[in-house]
Amino acid sequence: MAPTIMGKPEVNPGPLARRPDNSAFKQQRLPAWSPMLTANTVLPFFYGMAVVCILLGVWLLITVNNTHQHKVDYTQGSCDECFEMRKDRTKADQRCNCTVGFRIHDAFKGDVFFYYGLINFHQNLRQYMDSRDDGQMTGRKAHLKNPSPYCKPFVADQNGLPIAPCGAVANSIFNDSFTLFYTGEGSPKVQVPLFRKGIAWYTDKNVKFRNPQVDNKTQTLAQVFEGTTRPLFWQKPVYDLDPRDPNNNGFINEDLIVWMREAAFPNFKKLYGVLDRTRKPFKEGLPSGNYSIQIFYNFPVQYFRGGKEVILSTISWFGGQNRFLPIAYLVTGSLILLLAILLTAVWWKFGKNGQNMEE
Amino acid sequence: MSLFQLDFAKKKERELERKLKANDREYNLSFKYATNAIKTSKYNVFTFLPLNLFEQFQRIANAYFLILLLLQLIPAISSLSWFTTVVPLVLVLSVTAAKDATDDIVSINIASNKNTCIPSSFCPSLLPVPPLPFPEGEVRCEPPNNRLDRFTGTLNNAGQKYSLDNNRILLRGCTLRNTDWCFGLVLFGETKLMKNCGKTTFKRTSVDRLMNVLVLCIFGFLAVMCTILAIGNRIWEQRWGSDFTAFLPREDGVNASFSAFLTFWSYIIILNTVVPISLYVSMEVIRLGNSFYIDWDRNMYHAHSDTPAEARTTTLNEELGQIKYIFSDKTGTLTQNIMTFNKCSINGKSYGEKHKTVDWSFNPLADQRFSFHDHSLVEAVKLESPEVHTFFRLLSLCHTVMAEEKREGELLYQAQSPDEGALVTAARNFGFVFRSRTPESVTVVEMGKQRCYDLLAILDFNNVRKRMSVIVRSPEGKLCLYCKGADTIIYERLHQSCSKLMDITTEHLNEYAGEGLRTLALACKDLDEKYFKEWQQRHHVASTALEDREQKLDLLYEEIEKDLMLLGATAIEDKLQDGVPQTIEQLSQADIKIWVLTGDKQETAENIGYSCNMLREEMNDIFIVSANNTDDAYALDGSMELLFLRVACLCKTVICCRVTPLQKAQVVELVKKYKQAVTLAIGDGANDVSMIKAAHIGVGISGQEGMQAVLSSDYSFAQFRYLERLLLVHGRWSYLRMCKFLSYFFYKNFTFTFVHLWYAFFCGFSAQTVYDEWFITLYNLVYTALPVLGMSLFDQDVNDMWSFQHPKLYVPGQLNQYFSKTAFFKCALHSVYSSVVLFFIPYAAMYDTVRSDGKDIADYQSFALLTQTCLVFTVCIQLGLDMSYWTAVNQLFVWGSLTMYFAVTFAMYSNGMYLAAPASFPFIGTARNSLNQPNVWLTILLTSILCVLPVVAYRFLLIQLRPTINNKAKAAPLPPKRRAKIRRSSTRRSGYAFSHAQGYGDLVTSTRFLRRPAIVPSSGFTLLGRTTGFSPMGRSAGYSPTGHAQNNRPRDVEATSLQMYSTAQTLGL
Repeated sequence: MAPTIMGKPEVNPGPLARRPDNSAFKQQRLPAWSPMLTANTVLPFFYGMAVVCILLGVWLLITVNNTHQHKVDYTQGSCDECFEMRKDRTKADQRCNCTVGFRIHDAFKGDVFFYYGLINFHQNLRQYMDSRDDGQMTGRKAHLKNPSPYCKPFVADQNGLPIAPCGAVANSIFNDSFTLFYTGEGSPKVQVPLFRKGIAWYTDKNVKFRNPQVDNKTQTLAQVFEGTTRPLFWQKPVYDLDPRDPNNNGFINEDLIVWMREAAFPNFKKLYGVLDRTRKPFKEGLPSGNYSIQIFYNFPVQYFRGGKEVILSTISWFGGQNRFLPIAYLVTGSLILLLAILLTAVWWKFGKNGQNMEE
Repeated sequence: MSLFQLDFAKKKERELERKLKANDREYNLSFKYATNAIKTSKYNVFTFLPLNLFEQFQRIANAYFLILLLLQLIPAISSLSWFTTVVPLVLVLSVTAAKDATDDIVSINIASNKNTCIPSSFCPSLLPVPPLPFPEGEVRCEPPNNRLDRFTGTLNNAGQKYSLDNNRILLRGCTLRNTDWCFGLVLFGETKLMKNCGKTTFKRTSVDRLMNVLVLCIFGFLAVMCTILAIGNRIWEQRWGSDFTAFLPREDGVNASFSAFLTFWSYIIILNTVVPISLYVSMEVIRLGNSFYIDWDRNMYHAHSDTPAEARTTTLNEELGQIKYIFSDKTGTLTQNIMTFNKCSINGKSYGEKHKTVDWSFNPLADQRFSFHDHSLVEAVKLESPEVHTFFRLLSLCHTVMAEEKREGELLYQAQSPDEGALVTAARNFGFVFRSRTPESVTVVEMGKQRCYDLLAILDFNNVRKRMSVIVRSPEGKLCLYCKGADTIIYERLHQSCSKLMDITTEHLNEYAGEGLRTLALACKDLDEKYFKEWQQRHHVASTALEDREQKLDLLYEEIEKDLMLLGATAIEDKLQDGVPQTIEQLSQADIKIWVLTGDKQETAENIGYSCNMLREEMNDIFIVSANNTDDAYALDGSMELLFLRVACLCKTVICCRVTPLQKAQVVELVKKYKQAVTLAIGDGANDVSMIKAAHIGVGISGQEGMQAVLSSDYSFAQFRYLERLLLVHGRWSYLRMCKFLSYFFYKNFTFTFVHLWYAFFCGFSAQTVYDEWFITLYNLVYTALPVLGMSLFDQDVNDMWSFQHPKLYVPGQLNQYFSKTAFFKCALHSVYSSVVLFFIPYAAMYDTVRSDGKDIADYQSFALLTQTCLVFTVCIQLGLDMSYWTAVNQLFVWGSLTMYFAVTFAMYSNGMYLAAPASFPFIGTARNSLNQPNVWLTILLTSILCVLPVVAYRFLLIQLRPTINNKAKAAPLPPKRRAKIRRSSTRRSGYAFSHAQGYGDLVTSTRFLRRPAIVPSSGFTLLGRTTGFSPMGRSAGYSPTGHAQNNRPRDVEATSLQMYSTAQTLGL
């Protein structure tokens, strides 16, 4: 009975039973690529990047310079009267028109887009953005009459009727409307035709925003929305936004959809319409000449010390007339070039002969 | 021994005396002493979930996230949906719980294994005169304590009282020798050994400690950020927000100040990602992975003992890359604790050159494990050269070894020191077989003929004499004194006629010493019968003297040991483990200081120091700090300890000898306390346990008999030389990986978070997030988790060969260069830059633009998508820059994560998901509508370039201007293979190097010893050699056969001293 004090935990079947596997993974010998920052890789890369950036910048700049844009701020000026009227909340229901004129010197060739812009309007406040019910606007019947509490304080009116569409976002919809007129050289004033549809994302128009199901063919949209009330600031109910076109009415009204896509920054522009190029003289775009915009001035901006503007713009393959990217590429390219030259100099002086590398 | 196994339960009040009755279970149970069962598991099936959750939430990080979650449930504050915190929290908790569960199962298995294998952790008592069996013996003894050299108790049996002292108890881990069975009684469940093991403390790495500081700083920073944003909100609400109330009426009772207060908490929620919940889990996963590499490493597997290396702790890996001090045990760690008879010089002729191995078939009693390579010595023996015969006769007679012969011809020697064993075994193989001894005689088989010598006196070894002699009478009646000892001592006592032989032998001795062998000189002398009679008389008087007995005896010995005739010298190799000198040299090139702490004598330690290349010839200023006054080392007492440390740190090599286990720990603590350096202790025996526990990292040498050291160690392997690989390769990589992980992890999360900060200035400080909530949820868990994990599991800046070739590569770790507060600060600055780029470039590129079809792209959702895509690309490229070792797995992780990002994004933004839950997936269509736009991709490209190229340029410049050791090593060509070690040539003389305190002389001559014939096994205990060295008396203290009172000898010779060696240069002498 020779006592074994420390029993081995396991009985070994063979002499090398506990030898670890000789796999590349376990022995940390996996084949691998070990890139290093050497002069041979870094310097050519920098020069290459510099060239690429500068070329891109030049190309983008040329592209941007081929686009046209015209901005008209109409907050005050010729619309002063309306601006003052909107200060008075009691006159909110009164209509107010004003007209702003401007001149386009160079014709806008190609598709022309009509935007309205808001300055210093914070669509990106957290509480504001949360104040909406996507379920309701997707046509969920349950949400229609019983909007999400996120819509507070625009869930229901004083009588307790649920608001459709609920929430602060829908409530504050931009409700100015515009009519653009063109006065050519020696020709009469004509209205510039605008497409007011096709201005929202396809997915928004067809998936995200849906009217509540119409039970049978005879039911009208108004009947579907029965038992709900319009948002506080609205002049007409949601089913009356575009009574002529059932595909642009209710929740799928494109102005509403465009508004509901909240802007990321306090200064933003939103698409109002696209030039209809089927009729003369707009087949090539907007010809040069005098233009005027008749504005139904409803949206109050004085509360938040904001501004309103109208933007006419043509578009290139990489969007509107924003010169930031081209210039940024040019600057970046130049900086990289400078850096590359600096690196080369340093390498030439210190690194090349490797005297710093000696231990 | 399991006969009287008793169960004890815990006892609450302090125990003053322990009472036990043999074979009376009820009586013993009534005291509720600690049981023998080892319980290490924490949970059972039912308690696991609640207990584990409770424990996890005690961790401050998890509790913090729970509070965050609660904050998110408050609607006024909630800036993020609940799932952004719940998903990661649940994931983290379940991963940790799974790890805890497996750990617990493993420890249950270990415990059950121990419980079945160890009958008891015990201190059985041994009866002086066995009145067997003792059915109602009652023991009264002291309660369990940690004194290993003391025990008091009494045994009452049948009205008779026996006293029990230290010689009557066995400590845990002892083995039975010379007997097959014995009777015993278990005294303690909590053994003396366990009590002596030192405190088990939870070890944390220095990176951990740094992390704690950093996390606190980050919390502070978070609070500052949120305060600034809250103030911003206050101002904004007052100047603009109040104007905006027409569109967004405030809730009742909310004014600007209250809104700022709410905003503070909202931003706490949003910016909490600066301390991501996945950080701690990822760190644990990385450490676990790197521990597995240690387990798997074939280069640390010892085939001979079938022992792979084992990382027993999975939380200390990166510390292995920062070791500054190594404290090593000697015996069994540096050396194999095997002594081999290697060379000898007989009558001026040296034997032992390497030729072919000698065949022992001529000698039936030979030990086949013994090998010798010089045939000429065998020839000399066979030619019956008288000097050679006398030489081996001396070896077979002059010793205190005991022989055990269970079967005819199967001899087993019990030697107190392995040196003696080696010498006697050598004599045995050369035909002078020591067979058995009685107190009065020694039986030797000389060249096949059995001869019995009368043993007249043993002039025992001690530290001052450095020699031992025996006086025997041969069967022919010739009186002879045989002496062996340190050469210097023997030379002083030689007869003048030996002077010529002395010169030749001295040459040989120098040669042996130069090879690092331990040498002894042998001499003999024929004694005159009359003179001896008279001497014996005086000896008897002296040995019974009451006063100054030792001195009187010494004088007598001195008198008779003179005019000796030199026979020759032996050279014994204290076999170092393979590759020890090379390893030590490599480690010292890596700026690691190695201190040897050993319980051995100064000479032995010095000797090993030389053979390990720790001490070299040029280190000629060896000085010794001794503190011979008390049990405790004087140098470790309060006022002296700083001085000791200062002196020690000036030295190139520090060897502390004759230190007790507790002093070993004290030395380690001392260095830990004053040097702020990372320490590692390596040892193999129970005497190293305290030191292993005290050091930052404890390494146990496994695969040998004792397990104590391994059980309390953090890492274990079979050979000292694996330490080199553990530190220079695994440690270095682990440290590097952890540091890269931390810098990158902080970078990616800071960058991620700071973007919110910039956005706050555009969204009225309303705590709006920049990203989609799903992105926030998944960013750390899905999109960026695997690439960084891949990097921290596979990265190698240089491969293992380079690490060995350039040990200096280890130095940055010791200096904390890869991750420190400065590095963290730099990384935070880098994040600030990146986040500025990541926010303002997309902002400037997008705020005023539209899609190529004129529709909206400056909306919040598109901007969020753009920014998060830019972020994912930037952090991916940054990772690519940081990663220096792209394996297929890394490629898969990086590209896979990018693919995953797009796949998940498109899935989250799909029609189906939206229709299923409109409120949760409002980003429908954003991916499709944005990512097909050229300007989006141009923006992504620009941000990536701006984020990454400056980093590349900076790093390139650094390499050119101030290359690190790393860059230099990579640039240097691979040097030629490691040169073969040149054996030092030395004129240093080794001393008589026995590793024990004092010989068995008393014991061997004791009349109570060996009553039975030699062939029959004698009964008695020996402690297992390796596990007993914890007493200050060295490894012999526990030896107590048949109750001979050995420990009563005064200790004056053996007081503790600490010796140090230094070079003249380092001390500026």
